[in-house]
Amino acid sequence: MAVQIETLRGRSGLAAAAGAALILLILVPGYFETYQVQLLTFGLIAALAALGFNLLLGYTGLLSFGHSAYFGVGAYALAFVVQYLGPHSMEFYLLFGIPVVAITSALFGYICVRHTRIFFGILTLAISQVIYSLALKLYWVTGGSDGLRVPRPALLFGALSFSGPSGFQQFITSYYYYVLAIFVVCVLLMWVIVHSPFGKALQGIRDNEVRARFLGMRIRRFRWIAFLVSGTFTGVAGILWVPLEGLATPDVLYWTFSGEIVFTALLGGFRNFTGPIVGGIVFTYLKSYAVATTVYWQLLLGIVLVTLVLVLPTGIVGAISLAGRRLRQRRASP
Amino acid sequence: MILLKTVDLCKKFGETRACDGLNFVVHKGEFLSLVGSNGAGKTTLVNLISAHLQPDSGQIIFADRDITFATVTERIKAGIARSFQIVSLFDALSVFDNVALSVFSREGKAVRMASLADRDADVRRESLEVLGQFGLASKEAVMAGDLAQGERKLLDVAVAYALRPRLLFLDEPTSGVSTHEKAQIMDTVSSVVRGGQVTAVVIEHDMDVVFRYSDRIVMMHEGGFLADGTPDEIRANPDVASILLGAPLSA
Repeated sequence: MAVQIETLRGRSGLAAAAGAALILLILVPGYFETYQVQLLTFGLIAALAALGFNLLLGYTGLLSFGHSAYFGVGAYALAFVVQYLGPHSMEFYLLFGIPVVAITSALFGYICVRHTRIFFGILTLAISQVIYSLALKLYWVTGGSDGLRVPRPALLFGALSFSGPSGFQQFITSYYYYVLAIFVVCVLLMWVIVHSPFGKALQGIRDNEVRARFLGMRIRRFRWIAFLVSGTFTGVAGILWVPLEGLATPDVLYWTFSGEIVFTALLGGFRNFTGPIVGGIVFTYLKSYAVATTVYWQLLLGIVLVTLVLVLPTGIVGAISLAGRRLRQRRASP
Repeated sequence: MILLKTVDLCKKFGETRACDGLNFVVHKGEFLSLVGSNGAGKTTLVNLISAHLQPDSGQIIFADRDITFATVTERIKAGIARSFQIVSLFDALSVFDNVALSVFSREGKAVRMASLADRDADVRRESLEVLGQFGLASKEAVMAGDLAQGERKLLDVAVAYALRPRLLFLDEPTSGVSTHEKAQIMDTVSSVVRGGQVTAVVIEHDMDVVFRYSDRIVMMHEGGFLADGTPDEIRANPDVASILLGAPLSA
């Protein structure tokens, strides 16, 4: 009973912190210029991609080097709808895109989860590169390296459309709230998943596969479902990303983009639920300012990554949690 | 009543015959100890029965059903569970979660992802009950990796026991703990297992423990059976004494 009360207290604290963060996020467009709102929207999308990715790395113990595939498939699914089907409604894009990324993740996941460790990583990388090559070479369908242009879609079943001189600014503000709403729903969903029996089972499989097998768990099936959910979340991020970027290009399918997703999870801390969220937002700002500051921005990001692994192996959130724990222990000791 | 039997069960590792045509029988409700020196084939036999290894030849019959080619999951569903020689837990999960995962898995609830694990009242009640039986209820929130060795051994058995098996294999449940803890662990395990009417097969090296807790003792030597009997019969067996004292076997 005492433990349950402790858990409830912990969850109340978490809910209060999440509520405060949400209020701050809601207030952002009122206090910051359009560019900052746009950047934060990109940050939320990166956070969502990393959140999906981390179900595999942090909770299942599988390091995917090919999550750009699911992000990219989401992005291209939307671009294909725009190009070949017509209705410029974001809800239609989501309704079409989510099943596409789910099916793609299920198919590729079925192949990849037959292996673990480096073999799993290489399989995910290889598959993502196949998709990249297809996007590049089937240029009469995909637009090749030029990609496919995606105009600003209407939101809320056509209730909000954006044209005219102030259209861009209105779109950025509205789309920010749109992405924020989906982001909140996805975070809640993922939180329930990782705290569900399924989430606990994944953590068990991550820590001790043999024991999990001797509890009667079908390990491959669990990993496959985790892959499907993970890829779908990252794919939703891809769908949300295209209208903001205005273009779906093969760059989002390239392996370096998968590397960025891994980077964001490491940056925030893949052993914490909130780590990838923080990592996604911080990475977006870091990259944006690095690109604006120096032509050697990749070198700068590389230095950050090396420093991070050496100094903060548990990431930003992991380091903050550790510092907080030590502070509480110091206060508690006489 | 026979619960498990193996028929001419064989397993070779290279030229070594770890199990050499074993005809092993376990009766329902008994507390059986499997003893023998290192390399006698005890763990291999348990690994074969629990599907951790596949036999080269022979048959495994459990509850009148041939399970020789059944998967681990199918054998667990049939009622076979095991603990491990080296404690095998989910160290980054709490003591409660370790046992709860067993219950979720047994109930087919482990794939549920739309509800919180700690909100399932039935699983919570049962997990706490099992932890209470093994004297671990007060440790429910502790990470399994932070437990003392004796507690880890108990939790290892509790996790297997929570599967509600009909036949439970315990691979050296008292290895690596003090003499005092050995008695505590075996008292607890024996009382829970007998109370739950679970048939148990224990691999054990400590003969004091074996003689004190077993209904029947089977001694293995070089992949075969050397002796089979009650503790008194085994105590009086000169071949067993020879093995235990390192002396040559009688002709």
